[in-house]
Formats: sequence, C-alpha cells, structure tokens
Amino acid sequence: MKYVDEYRDPEAAHKLVAGIRASATAPRQIMEVCGGQTHTLIRYGIDELLAGAVELIHGPGCPVCVTPLEKIDRALAVANKPGVIFASYGDMLRVPGSDGDLLQAKARGADVRIVYSPTDALDLAERHPDREVVFFAVGFETTAPANAMSVWLAAKKKVTNFSILTSHVRVPPAIRVIMDDPEAQVKGFIAPGHVCSVMGYREYEELAREYRVPFVVAGFEPLDLLQGLLMLVELIENDQIETRNQYGRAVRPEGNLQAQKVMNDVFEVCDMNWRGIGSIPDSGLRLREDYHAFDAERRFDVGKVTAAEPSICIAGEVLQGKKKPHECEAFGTRCTPEHPLGAPMVSTEGACSAYHAFRRYEDSNDGV
Amino acid sequence: MGFECPVPIQDYDTVTMAHGGGGKVTQRLIEQVLLPTLDNPALRELNDGAVVPWNHDMLAFSTDSYVIHPPFFPGGDIGLLAVHGTVNDLAMCGARPRYLSLAFILEEGFLLKDLWSVLVSIREACLSLDLPVVTGDTKVVERGKGDGIFVNTAGIGERLKGIDVSPRRITPGDVVLLNGPIAEHGIAIMSLREGLRFESDLKSDTAALWPLVERMLDRAGTGIHAMRDATRGGVASVLNELAGAAETGIVLDETAVPVKESVKGGCEILGLDPLYVANEGRFVAVVAPEVADDVLAAMRDHPLGREACVVGKVVANHPRIVRLRSGFGGSRVLDMISGEQLPRIC
Repeated sequence: MKYVDEYRDPEAAHKLVAGIRASATAPRQIMEVCGGQTHTLIRYGIDELLAGAVELIHGPGCPVCVTPLEKIDRALAVANKPGVIFASYGDMLRVPGSDGDLLQAKARGADVRIVYSPTDALDLAERHPDREVVFFAVGFETTAPANAMSVWLAAKKKVTNFSILTSHVRVPPAIRVIMDDPEAQVKGFIAPGHVCSVMGYREYEELAREYRVPFVVAGFEPLDLLQGLLMLVELIENDQIETRNQYGRAVRPEGNLQAQKVMNDVFEVCDMNWRGIGSIPDSGLRLREDYHAFDAERRFDVGKVTAAEPSICIAGEVLQGKKKPHECEAFGTRCTPEHPLGAPMVSTEGACSAYHAFRRYEDSNDGV
Repeated sequence: MGFECPVPIQDYDTVTMAHGGGGKVTQRLIEQVLLPTLDNPALRELNDGAVVPWNHDMLAFSTDSYVIHPPFFPGGDIGLLAVHGTVNDLAMCGARPRYLSLAFILEEGFLLKDLWSVLVSIREACLSLDLPVVTGDTKVVERGKGDGIFVNTAGIGERLKGIDVSPRRITPGDVVLLNGPIAEHGIAIMSLREGLRFESDLKSDTAALWPLVERMLDRAGTGIHAMRDATRGGVASVLNELAGAAETGIVLDETAVPVKESVKGGCEILGLDPLYVANEGRFVAVVAPEVADDVLAAMRDHPLGREACVVGKVVANHPRIVRLRSGFGGSRVLDMISGEQLPRIC
C-alpha cells in the first residue's frame, strides 16, 4: 500500500537494526511513551531484533489503559440511564469497571454505540433530538482537539442533547513522574509522534533540558521507530541532550496551532487521576466553565462515583516501566484479554495485551 | 441429576456480542456449554458440517443462520449468503450439496419487495448449483423484535466416495493453501454500517465454493486433508481451530497472504487486522505436500481460485499454536481473537 509499505520495508529495517547495534556500546534503556508505538515494536518483533543494544521500556501512553476506574464506572452509570445513547471509541467498550464493562451494559439493554469520531456522536444527537447523546471523550492531546471541536460545534449549533464524559490526559506531566522517581532508569525517550503533531515538541525540549535526557519524536511505522531509535542511541552515545524530530512529515516544532486553539478554547488543564499510577498534577484536561453545560458528569450527576483498583493488578508499575507485563502473577492466568483485571490488558495498545497477544514470554522457535 | 452451567456465571450473566464473534468466547461457549450438554461423536468433531453414516454411505449435514445487517450489500444480499454459507460448510466436508431447507424470520414492516429480492437471489444461487430448496418455514415477529429479516438454511450433502476431509488428518509437513485475497466481505460490510461510512469499491467475496472444491477433490482425492472456510473470525481464527483440532502447529507466512490494496487501506483506517476480518468466499485447504502443486494448479484454473497461493505449513512444534512469520524475519503467535475486533482509539 502506497505511503505505508515504504515504512515497513524489511531490508531498510535490517540496515537500521545493524546501525543501532553498531552504535550502542552498551544496552540503552529507552522508553517509548505511546501505546501505539509499543504495539508496533512488539508486533514487528523490533524489541527482539534489538535485544542487547536497546532495552525498550513501555511507557504509560495508552489512553485506554490510564483512564481511571471511576471514569469507567461513571461511564457505566451514564450509559445505564434511560434515554441515553452512549457513544464511544471501540476499544473503551471492554475496559473493566468495578461491575462489568460497557459491552455488558450494552448486552443488558444500554444503548452503547461505537463511533469513529466525536462529530459522529454529535450527528447522532442531531438525528435523535429526543435522546441524550453522550460521547466518552478519552485520550491524550491527540484526540483532544477533535473532542473539543465537537463541543464547540454543539455550542455553536445549540445542540442541547449532546454532552461529553471527559477523561483527557497530557503526556509531559507523566514523563515528569517517571523521571522524578529516584529509581528512574530511562536514558532517552521516543516522544509520541501523534501527540506532537498537535502540540509540537517545545515541551519536550524543556523536559530534555530539565532531566538531562535526549528525546526523539518518532512516528508509528516500523521504520519510523527504528530510525528514531538510531537517532536516539547516537544522541545517548555522544552525550548530546537534545530533542530531535524523526517524524517531520507530520510534526512541526510548534505543532498544529489551530488544533491547539480549539483545544484551549474548550478545555483547561487540571489535576488528573491515572489508572494504576494515581493523581498527577496538571496532567488532565477538563471543560472550561463556559462549556460546563456539555459536561456529562454534571448533567447526569455522576461526579461523585468513586472506585478502587483490584489489589493484585500491577498496572501502575507496568505503565511506569518498572515491571514487564509477564512479571505479574496474574498475567495470563487470572488476567487475560477476555477477563482483564487492569486496563493494559484491554486495549491492543496496552503493554499487557500486546505481550499476551504475541506471547512474548514463550519460546519463539516456530519449527520451520 | 441436574445440569449445572459450566461457564462461570459471574463472568457473563448475559449473552454479549462476543459470544457470537467467532473468537475465544464463542469457542468457550461451544466447548464448555453446548458440546458437553449435547455430546456425541459427530458433534465432537466440531467441524463446519457433520458427516454421519447413512445406508452404507456418508452423509454431510449442516445448518447456519444469517443475521447480517444491512441485508443488502455490494456483491450480494442475505439470501445469497444463506445459500453460499451452507453450501460452503458442506463443501468443506468434501460433500456435494444435494438438498437445502430455508427458513425466514421476518419482522413486521419488512418490505415485501425486499423479501422478493432476497428470494430471487436464493433461487438463482440454487439454480446455478442444481440445489433444490425442498422444505421451508416462515415466521413473523412483531416490529422491534427482529432486524428486518433473519434467514436459516440447512443442507444435506453427499460425501464423495473415498474422500475423508477432517482436521484429524492434518499432519506435520502438510501445506496450507488459501484461495484468494482476504477480508473483502468484512470490510465491504463495515464500510456500509452506520458511523463507519467511507468510500470504497469493495464488494463482498460471497461465493459458493463447491464447484472449486469438487475440482480439487477430483485432482488430489485423499491428499486433501482438511478444509475450512474463513468466515467470522477470519483466517487467523480458522487456522487456530484447525491447529487445535489437529494438535499440530501451523506457521503462516504473513507476506504470502494476499490482501487487496483497498482492503489494506480500510483496515489501516479502522485499526483492524485483515487476518481476523470475515470472508464469505475464502477458505484454507490443508493438503499433503506431494499434491500441493497439483491442487494449487487446479485452484488457479477456476475463477474462485485464480489467486490461490501457499500461505503456510503444518509443523510438529508448538502444537495447537499458530505462529506468524513477518516480513521482518521474526515470528510471533497469531492468537485467536478473544471477542470482537474493536476499532482502536487512535
């Protein structure tokens, strides 16, 4: 496929792998922040190809995984209200709340629908004026502008039966948590390409200076990541504390200013609870006061719903890169994609799910 | 003696869409609830159709229900699918389809002209296969209690003499063949569904596979060990079923599996893996290595197998597990999907 196959060329990949192996004088601990990048690295076996040269630590950048349990419970509470159409991205439907997930709510009669865009949810609201349409607005800075746009449009069009349940998170404060940990091992970061296509990478330049680690903004295809890793290993080997951009075809230093504008018009920064990690200051986004009318937690009065995590799940340590998924005692036994205890087992971008799907803990001899 | 439901109720107290998704949850429902409750040797084979003895011959018997939404789609409709699906289940047992039953469950308000269109499709599909509909049933449910139209068909087939097609016969060294590019049906349907509209020229691949299968059996006879059509759950799920039933491993070569450019594009946009997307005219055949070239040639001689190819092989290592060799040189487990494939967030 044009514009995709070029970034999956095995021959070019092997050259980059050889380059990384030649550059790394010792195994370098590198964190890829974004779950989409984790998925690619494991799907293509890049972590195995680089074993001994790069130790990949999988970061907390799966929006599905870090959505706090109480938000899932609030989503369930809203979805179960009569007259509500609850619209969501597909992979949120299987995230376990305290009592079941949205798919089960759907099976019991809730009107839960998969949409591909928040504006599709807004369309639903316009087509069903007698119903309340609620969109589950989750994600990092990548999805925030589109979610903001749906609220902005709803306000402009005076669509009163539309609201969003917001669970937005920001990447830079999570990187601070990881680097503030005295046991932090990370020597360099692959910065999340799609987040940076919206936000630019000025924030990461600041983080690089502050924590004395290099960053490379990278894309999501195998060659993007390999090239990004090569750039990063070279920076680490040369002790260069810099931020570089591998993903030039999508990311400008200042980002997408129009997207930032609508996001800032509609949302404001707030403290946020991350599933498995806890509260991180300034790490979330919430609707500004002007848009409180579109806040589903207010409209349906579910803001007080709270919840506690299953104690056995080590999602927090996995999301901070302290443990690998298969080091969890519940991994693959009590916790599977069919019955996830924690969110990283749910989304295909979650580190636990990726490890489970591709059975990274098993002998990889295929016998051919 | 009382029956106790062996599936832990605390996991699922209601049926979810995943129970019908063709993945692990479906498999568990079949293996832990349906099979033990109704257990018998023919059912235990868990094949697409049953092959049972009848007057010194072997009879193939299969049934399937069709609930597709929307009922009309590019490349076909629910009627065509209902004939093809059951014909294909019989064909996968090495049986020539002989008789078909047809049952409708119609929702009050369904347009009669649409029913007529479905019926005409059924008639044409049956005529081309010389397959009479010999019995049928019609039920109507109140508005809101159905989805327009549901169709059930059952088919009786005559298993060709001297043929034995069953996962039991799969042995290490066997070659895995596929009759053409995958995932067209699923992506064509998804492109039509509410909220997922995108422009595509894709058509469902729905087709009656018997004419192709007959040629393959003519050419290779017992050299064909097993066949399975890759309907819901896609090629990945079918290979997992075969590996599980045969207690062998299967290695699939990712670069050998044909996928049309427009399907790849659809899958990229929707965040889906074509190996898990449904087909209605694609199947895998597991054949002895010495007949593989002959079977492949026979497939390519037929319009339904023009793009047939070798996609993998059966190995003794990692029994019950399917591994995928990627173009990058690594290999990874190609697991059965757990529920339905869910579109990703970003």
